[in-house]
Formats: sequence, structure tokens, C-alpha cells
Amino acid sequence: MPQDVNIKITDRNGVTHEVLAPTDMNMNLMELIRSYELAEEGTLGICGGMAMCASCQVYVLNDVVPIDRNPDEEAMLDEAYHVQPNSRLGCQIPITENLEGLEVQIAPEQ
Amino acid sequence: MIETDIVIIGAGPTGLFAVFEAGLLQMKCHIIDALPQPGGQLAELYPKKPIFDIPGYPEVLAGDLVANLMEQIKQFQPGFTLGETAETIEKLEDGTFIVTTKEGTKHKAKAVAIAGGLGTFEPRKPALKDIEFYELEDRGVDYFVKDPEKYRDKNIVIAGGGDSALDWSIFLSNVAKSVTLVHRRNEFRGALDSVEKVKELKDAGKIKLVTPAEVVGFNGSERVTAVDIEVNGARMKTECDYFIPLFGLTPKLGPIANWGLEIEKNAIKVNNALDYQTNVEGIYAIGDVNTYPGKLKLILCGFHEATLMCQSVYNRINPGKRYVLKYTTVSGVDGFDGTRKEAEKAVVKSID
Repeated sequence: MPQDVNIKITDRNGVTHEVLAPTDMNMNLMELIRSYELAEEGTLGICGGMAMCASCQVYVLNDVVPIDRNPDEEAMLDEAYHVQPNSRLGCQIPITENLEGLEVQIAPEQ
Repeated sequence: MIETDIVIIGAGPTGLFAVFEAGLLQMKCHIIDALPQPGGQLAELYPKKPIFDIPGYPEVLAGDLVANLMEQIKQFQPGFTLGETAETIEKLEDGTFIVTTKEGTKHKAKAVAIAGGLGTFEPRKPALKDIEFYELEDRGVDYFVKDPEKYRDKNIVIAGGGDSALDWSIFLSNVAKSVTLVHRRNEFRGALDSVEKVKELKDAGKIKLVTPAEVVGFNGSERVTAVDIEVNGARMKTECDYFIPLFGLTPKLGPIANWGLEIEKNAIKVNNALDYQTNVEGIYAIGDVNTYPGKLKLILCGFHEATLMCQSVYNRINPGKRYVLKYTTVSGVDGFDGTRKEAEKAVVKSID
């Protein structure tokens, strides 16, 4: 039985939510945020998860997930706004069991 | 004034397919879209990416799906107002509507179908001094290539590293006097064949590639005469007639948000129990732009919504007039252009 993982997500209003994320539904962090409706509909995950819009940019707050970006993600973040060294695109972070305890903050709108 | 039965706002897959369903019911359509080409997101964001959940297509490229839809609807002769944004709507006393674009084109219709997807795609603009001045009145900054002929024998600087920057550099290299492609990185991100083609054209001297670099300023008192490009901290001036930054597009619901329609979660509320009509009678919303309990933003759902919307518009335009649902296999398809598509007749023949 795959385990759900606990993830802390701080929304754009600064409120932190502790959510339970399934690891067996082929989801990514962008989709998790949308499933809990933690950002206004239409402002996050606009391109659907193709690393083409940066609307799902998050700041990774602890070292549960490496900051290694894939090439698509790197190229997109290179053109995005509000990028920090710990920026990642939520759509490029698959929800797996090793994300237990992850803390992220959703970046401002592009 | 353009007159039609249904004015459709948005030329994405849902809007295009609505033309087909309307045509089966003898209703004419005219489509308005802010982008210069039909296809919406599919054409603009991911033309070369595959879609796997269109019924009957195990895999179809987004660009091919758009081409197929255009082929499927062509006998219904839809009108297009492309490169213009629907700005205002006026409901007349007789129940018809006038939709006017920002550019001033007026469309009169008996019903309006908003198939606006995520909204109007607005270009992401580089933060450059005086860009607001140069983007007006053909002063040299363009965010879209609407008419490639405009660039014939001109010097063009394109900025960006994605598919549209690559594809337009390739295309314009055959039209313009010179094409310079500027990108912040050495790596480009696009379909493999586009990247390879640009390399070929660069080696052949038909595209000048400047990387890693950035356009940082403009020259010219009345219009752009040159841009300043920063390469590795050094500045160089490149003479050009047009600067085309292609940094992607951001969707905004735009002027439609002010049409008095009920909006929830950045989408237009519709009656999904019946016909996808909004709170204003005669205005419908179909596809990704609408919302209702259980809404899924899928192309296949948009097709369904378009079909039911057309039935409702038929009843609105022809009150009390009888009709029955027809199957295209049985009835064939009669185009407004006089063409007819029909199933081949079965043969009645004995087998000896």
C-alpha cells in the first residue's frame, strides 16, 4: 500500500497549509496545490504542467527535495519573474514517498 | 458590419468544432480570436506536442488536431476576425447582439458563444525603457507576426528561445533582408527539427545568432532604427527595422470579465443541466472558459458542450420549428459551399 506524504504549503497570502498527498496517482506538486485549491483558479498551472508558464513556481524551504532543475524547468525559470536560488516549478516535482515533510511556498503571480 | 448567426469568441478546438455542429443545423458562424492564427493554445503553446485523450485518436499532435478541425469545418465557410480582441457586447431590443473588437470591427449575431479558453493571450513584454512608445503605430516593436509580408526586405531582430522564436526566425529568414536571433542562453528549447533548422540557417549565414545576449535598449527618435544588444557585458548596436520579442503569452480573461456575466474561479458560470447558457440569455460559454459543478477542462468536454449549445441556439433562432437529431452517416453533410459529403451507397448484388 503506497503511503500518503505530508507536505506544508504556504499560499500567496502567507497562510501555511499542511496537506496529505497521495503518491500513487501520478501527481505533481502543481496538481497537488490545485487539488487543495490553495491558489486562485486560473492563476496556477496555466500551461497544464508543460514547464511553459512558470505560474506554478514555488520556493523550496527545506532540503527534502533537491534544487536540481531539469533543463526544461531551467529554461523556463530563466525567463520568469521572482526567481530565487530555491525556485522550482511545481509541475516538475512528482509526488513520491521521499517528499515526506517537504515545505514549500508558492511564488507570487507572474 | 459582419452579420452571422453565431459569433464565436475563441478559435480553439471548442470554438472550431462549434462551427461544424452549427453547420449541421444550417447556422452560420463567425469566429473572433486575439491570436493571428486559429487553434488557440494548441497552436500557440504546444503545436508540436501530442494529445492522447481525443476519442478515436490514440495520439494526435495539437497542431494536427487544429488542421483537422479546420478541414472538418471548411464546407461551413466560417468567417474569421483574427488578431483582434472582443471588447464590448451590446444586446439589442430584438434579442440580437453586437460584439465589437478593440480594433473596432463590429459583428452582429443572433447568439454569442464564448469559447475563450484561458482568456486572451497577451504577450509577455520585456522590461525595456520606452517599449510602450515603440509598440504603437508601427514604430518597430511587434509581439506577433500577423502578416509576414510586412517584414519583406527589412532587417529583423527576434528575441526568445522557444518554438515561436525559432519558427519565426526560420520563416522570416526567407522573407526579410536579415534576421538576428537574440537569446539569453546558448540553449534553445523547441522541437528538435526547429532547433536543427536554425543551426543550418545559421551555418548558411541566413540567420545571425547572438547568444547569450539580451536586447537592452532602443535607438530611433520616431521609430526603431536599431537595438542595443548586450553580449557578455559588452554592448553592441544592431540596426533593424523591427524588433519582435517572443517571450511567450500569458492568458487573461480580459474584457469578457466586464460583460455582466456571472464569474466564479476566473471562469464563466453556465447552466450545464441544459445548454451551457450564461446568466445572460443568448450568451453561451463553452470549453475551458466555463465552470459548473464537476467541470473538467478537457477538449473532449468542450466538443460536447459546443454540440448542446448549438441545439439551444437553433431553438432560440427558430422558435417552435421542428427538427430531429441527424446522424451524419445517414444524412451526409451539406456544406454552405454547395459540397456534399455522404456515405458510399451499399451495393445490392448477389454473390454467385
